[in-house]
Amino acid sequence: MTTLTQTRSSNQLRQWPRLAIYLLLILFAIFYLLPIYVLLITGMKSFAEVNLYKMWDLPAAFSLDSFAKAWFGSDAEGFRGLSGNFWNSVQLAVPATILSALLGSMNGYVLSKWKFRGSNTLFLLLLFGMFIPYQSILIPLVQVLQKIGLYGTIPGLIFVHVVYGIPITTLIFRNYYATVPTEMVEAAKIDGANILGIYRHIMFPISMPGFVVVMIWQFTSIWNDFLFGVIVTSRPGVQPITVALNNLAGSYIVAWNIQMAGALLAALPTMVIYILLGQFFMRGLLAGSLKG
Amino acid sequence: MPGCLALQKPEIAMADPSASLSSTLVRSTYVAPKRRSRFLTSDRIIAFLLIAPSLLAIAIFVYGFIAFTGFASFTKWNSLIPDFTLVGISNFQKLLDTTRFQIDLRNTVTFTILFLILCLSLGLILAVLLDQRIRGEAIFRNIFLFPLAVSYIVTGVVWRWLLNPGSAELGATGVNLLFDKIGLGFLKNGWYTDPNIGIKAVVLAATWQMSGYVMAMYLAGLRGISDDLREAARVDGANEFQVYRHIILPLLQPITLGAVIILGHMSLKIFDLVVSMTGSGPGFSSDVPAFYMFDTTFRGNNFAQGAGIAVILLVMVAVLIVPYLIYSTRTEAET
Amino acid sequence: MFRNTRWLILLSLAVIVLVALAACAAPTAAPAPTTAPAAPTTAPAAAGGGKLEMFSWWTAGGEAEGLAGMYAAYKKLYPNVEIVNATVAGGAGTNAKAVMTTRLFGGDPPDSFQVHAGLEVATYQPDKYLQPLDSIFTSEGWDKVFPKDLLTLLSYQGHYWSVPVNIHRANVLWYSKKVFTDNKLDPPKTFDDFFKVADALKAKGIVPFVLGDKEGWESAHVFETVLVGTLGADGYRGLWTGKTAWTDPKVTDALNTYKKMLTYVNTDHAALTWDGAGQYLIDGKGGMEIMGDWENGWFQSKNYSDYGWAPAPGNSGIFDALSDSFAMPKGVKNADNAANWIKLAGSKAGQEAFNPKKGSICARTDCDQSLFNPYLQSAAKDWQSNALVPSVVHGAAAIESWATKYKDVMALFVTSGDVAKTQSDLQAACKDAGVCK
Repeated sequence: MTTLTQTRSSNQLRQWPRLAIYLLLILFAIFYLLPIYVLLITGMKSFAEVNLYKMWDLPAAFSLDSFAKAWFGSDAEGFRGLSGNFWNSVQLAVPATILSALLGSMNGYVLSKWKFRGSNTLFLLLLFGMFIPYQSILIPLVQVLQKIGLYGTIPGLIFVHVVYGIPITTLIFRNYYATVPTEMVEAAKIDGANILGIYRHIMFPISMPGFVVVMIWQFTSIWNDFLFGVIVTSRPGVQPITVALNNLAGSYIVAWNIQMAGALLAALPTMVIYILLGQFFMRGLLAGSLKG
Repeated sequence: MPGCLALQKPEIAMADPSASLSSTLVRSTYVAPKRRSRFLTSDRIIAFLLIAPSLLAIAIFVYGFIAFTGFASFTKWNSLIPDFTLVGISNFQKLLDTTRFQIDLRNTVTFTILFLILCLSLGLILAVLLDQRIRGEAIFRNIFLFPLAVSYIVTGVVWRWLLNPGSAELGATGVNLLFDKIGLGFLKNGWYTDPNIGIKAVVLAATWQMSGYVMAMYLAGLRGISDDLREAARVDGANEFQVYRHIILPLLQPITLGAVIILGHMSLKIFDLVVSMTGSGPGFSSDVPAFYMFDTTFRGNNFAQGAGIAVILLVMVAVLIVPYLIYSTRTEAET
Repeated sequence: MFRNTRWLILLSLAVIVLVALAACAAPTAAPAPTTAPAAPTTAPAAAGGGKLEMFSWWTAGGEAEGLAGMYAAYKKLYPNVEIVNATVAGGAGTNAKAVMTTRLFGGDPPDSFQVHAGLEVATYQPDKYLQPLDSIFTSEGWDKVFPKDLLTLLSYQGHYWSVPVNIHRANVLWYSKKVFTDNKLDPPKTFDDFFKVADALKAKGIVPFVLGDKEGWESAHVFETVLVGTLGADGYRGLWTGKTAWTDPKVTDALNTYKKMLTYVNTDHAALTWDGAGQYLIDGKGGMEIMGDWENGWFQSKNYSDYGWAPAPGNSGIFDALSDSFAMPKGVKNADNAANWIKLAGSKAGQEAFNPKKGSICARTDCDQSLFNPYLQSAAKDWQSNALVPSVVHGAAAIESWATKYKDVMALFVTSGDVAKTQSDLQAACKDAGVCK
C-alpha cells in the first residue's frame, strides 16, 4: 500500500518539474551558445561593420568573406592565412595523439596489472609531471631539444607533447584498467601468456573506451596548445594553427571579423570531434576511465 | 603492521605465475626462472622496460627541469648570460614583498575557490538535469560539451568581448548591452574593468569552458548508479532530494575528488585564458602567477625571479595535490 | 567480435591517414630543417640565393605594410634570396621576446630581428649574441646621415648593434579639431592650460582626456611625457642615468599632476587599448589623447582627418624619441643576406620604402619629405631641431627589466593613486637596475 501511494505521488511530483527541467536546460544552453553566436555573426561582418557597441546585431549580409580571408590570408592587408598552419596542426596532433595514447596504455597496463614494489610511488612521481607550469621549463626544454636535434621541427613538437602527455594518459588508462578484474589476467597467466601476450589478447581489445577518452582529450589539448607551439617550432612555416591564429590579431590594430572567423575555423576540427564522438567519450567515461 | 601485510599480498600473488610458467612447456620462450630469484621474472623485466622510457622522459623533462628551475631561483640570473651566483632566499623574499605578486596570489586563491565551486555545481546540476531521461538529451549534451573543444585563446577573445562593459560615454556593450535589451539592466557592472571584480570575470569564462567536462563525469557517474539503489531508498520513504543527498552524492564523491584535482591544477596554472581575455587588468586585478612568470622571465629577463615564481607555484600545487594522491593510492592498495 | 573489428578498422584507417599525411605533407615540412640549408649561402651577394629570415612582431596594419615595402625593395636588389617573414604577435611583444630568447638560447637565431634602439638591446647580451655593425656604419657613411643624438643612443658598450630604421615620437598630444573649434579652445601648452581646457570640456560633457590602458604600458607612456614636461629634457634624461634622483620633489609634482589628469579620463579606460580610446576622438566624444605618432597612422586607416597635433603639455621643443631598429645575431646561417638587409635598412631607398607606410619618419636626415603626410613632415622638422630625449616605455632609455618595473608601477598607480608609494617604488626600481644608489 505504502509503495503504491509513494510511486504515485513521486510520479506526480515529477510532472511539473519536467517543464522546469526543460526550461532550465534551455536557459543553460543559451549561456553556452552565446559565445558561438558572437563568433559567428562577427565572423560574417565586414571590418567596417564590426562595432563593439552593436555586437549583438546580425550582420547586414551573411558573407563568408572574412572566413575566406582568414583561411587564405591577404597580401593586400599583409597577413598570412591559416591554411598552411592547419596542415601543420594535423601533422602534429594526429601522430602525437596516437603515440601518447599507446604510451599511456602501456604504462597504465603495467602500473595497474603488474604491480611491483614501489610501482605506486612511481605512478605518483609520473603523475606529478602533470602539475608543473610549462612557462618555467621553456629554457631548459629548448636547450635539451637542441642537443637532441629536435628543436624547431614538428617531430620535436610531437615529442614534447608525447612526453608531457604521459602523466594524464597514464592516469586515465591506469584507472580504466583497474576496473578490469584481475582474475582475467590471472587466468591468462595460468594459460601461459606473458606480459605482452596478455596485453595483446586481453587488454588491448577491451581498451577502446579508454582509447576514445584519451585520444579525444589529447587531440583537443594538443590541437589547442599555444605555448609549446610558439616556442618549440619558432619558424612560421612549421607552426601550428593556434600560433597563426594568434598572429592574425596583429600587434596594434585588430581586424575582429577576421580574427573571430579564424577562431571558428581553427576550432572546427575539435568541435567536430566532440560532436561526432561525444557519445563514445561518454561511454568511455562510463567504463570507469575517469574515476577519481 | 597491517600496511606491511598489504604490501606483501601482491608479492605472494606473483609467485604463482612463475610456478605455473615453470611447469608449462610450449608458450614460454624464455628460461623458467629459479624460485629464488622470482623478483626478476622476465615478465617483470619486460614490465619495467615498458615503462622505462616514460620514467626516463619524466625524470629528465619534469624532475630534471624542476631541479634546474629550483636551482635558478636561488641565483642572481637576470639577463641572457646565466649568472649562477647564489643569493639564498632573497628572490623569494623580494617576491613576497612585491605588490604585483601579492595580488597574484590573492587572485589565484579567489579564482581557484570560485572556479571549483561554480564548475562543480554547474556540472552537477547539468548532469542531474540530463539524467532525467529527457528528450533531446544528446543535443543538450553536445551543447554543454563542445566548449571543451575550443582553445583557451579563442575563449579569451570571445569573453573579452562579452564581458566588456562599454562605457558611460559610448554606451554599453557585451552582456551589459544584452541585459539592457532584455530588461535586466540592473545586472550591469564593470566586469574585468572593475578592479574589485577582475579575475572573477575570468572565472565565468573558465567555467563556461570546463563545466561540460565536469558534467560529463557526473553524468557517467550517475548512470553508473543502479536504479535499484534509488528505488530502494524511495521505498524506504525518502523523497527525491533525500535520495540525492544521502545516496547519490556520496557515491559521486570519487568523481568530485577527481574533478577537483583536474580543475584545481588547471586553475593554478591558468595562463592562456588570462592573457587573451584580460591581460593583467587594472591594478593587476586579473593578473596570475603564471603570467607574471612569463612576463618577468621573457620581457624583463629576470630568469631568477621567474624561477622563484615557478617554485612557489609548484609548492602550492604539491601542498594541495600530493596528500590527495597519496591518500587515493593508499585507499586503492587497501581494497 | 564485430565490435572489436570495427574499432580495429577505424584504428588502421587512422594509421593510413597518418602515413598519407606524413607523405604528402613532407614537402611543406621541408622548408624548415635545422640542419641543412635549402640553398648555398656562401655565394657572392648579387648572384647568391639562400634565405633571409626576419623576425618581428609586426603582423598587421601599417607596420606589416612598411615591412612588406622594405621586403619589396630588398627583392629588387637580391631577387634570388627567399625572404622568410617570421612574426609572433601578442602580449605587446612579450610573446615575440619569449621566442627570441629561446631561439638565442637554442642556438637557432633568425638572420635579423626587430629591437628598439637604445638600451633594450642590452637584453640580448650583445657582446655574446649579436654582431657589431660598426664596419657597416662606416662603410655606408651612416655616421654622417644619422643625427648625433641618435648615434649616441645607439652606442652600447662602445659598439653599434642595430641599424635604426625609423623614428617615432612619443610625446604628442592629439586632439579633435571639431571639439576644440566648437568650444573655442586651443591645444594646451602647459599643464595649467591643460586643466583649463579639461574643465571646459568636462562642463560640456565631453571626455577631456582619453586613455586606453588595457595593455598596461599606456599609462607609463603618458607619465613619461608628464615627467618630461615637469623636469625638462635634461632633468628627464638624468632620471635614467642617475643624475636626477627619483626622490626629487619635481617627481612628486609630476605624479600629482598625472593624478589630477587621471580625474579627467574616460571611465572605461581599463577595457580599451590606445586605439580604442582614440575612437572617442573620432566620434567627437573625446577631446585629447597623449600617444605616440602611430596614432596618426591609425587615424588615417580609419579615414579620419579632422584631428590636430601638438607637443604634449610642457613638452614644446622636446622630441621624445623611440626607434625601431634591426639587429643581426652572431653566427647566423645567411650572414651575407643579413648584412645586405642591414645595409638596405639604413639606406635612403630602404627607409623611404618603409616609413611612409609605417607612419614614422626616417632615422636618416636626408629622406625625400614629399613622400610623407603633413604630420610626418612636421615631425621630421622637429626631429632636426628639437632636443631629443629617449623614451623609456619603448626601450630606449633603460634596460628592459627596469622599463618593465617602471611600467608595472605606473599601471598600478592608475588605480591606487598612491603618490608616496609609487615614488618609492620608482626609486627602488632604479636601485634594482643598479643606476641609483
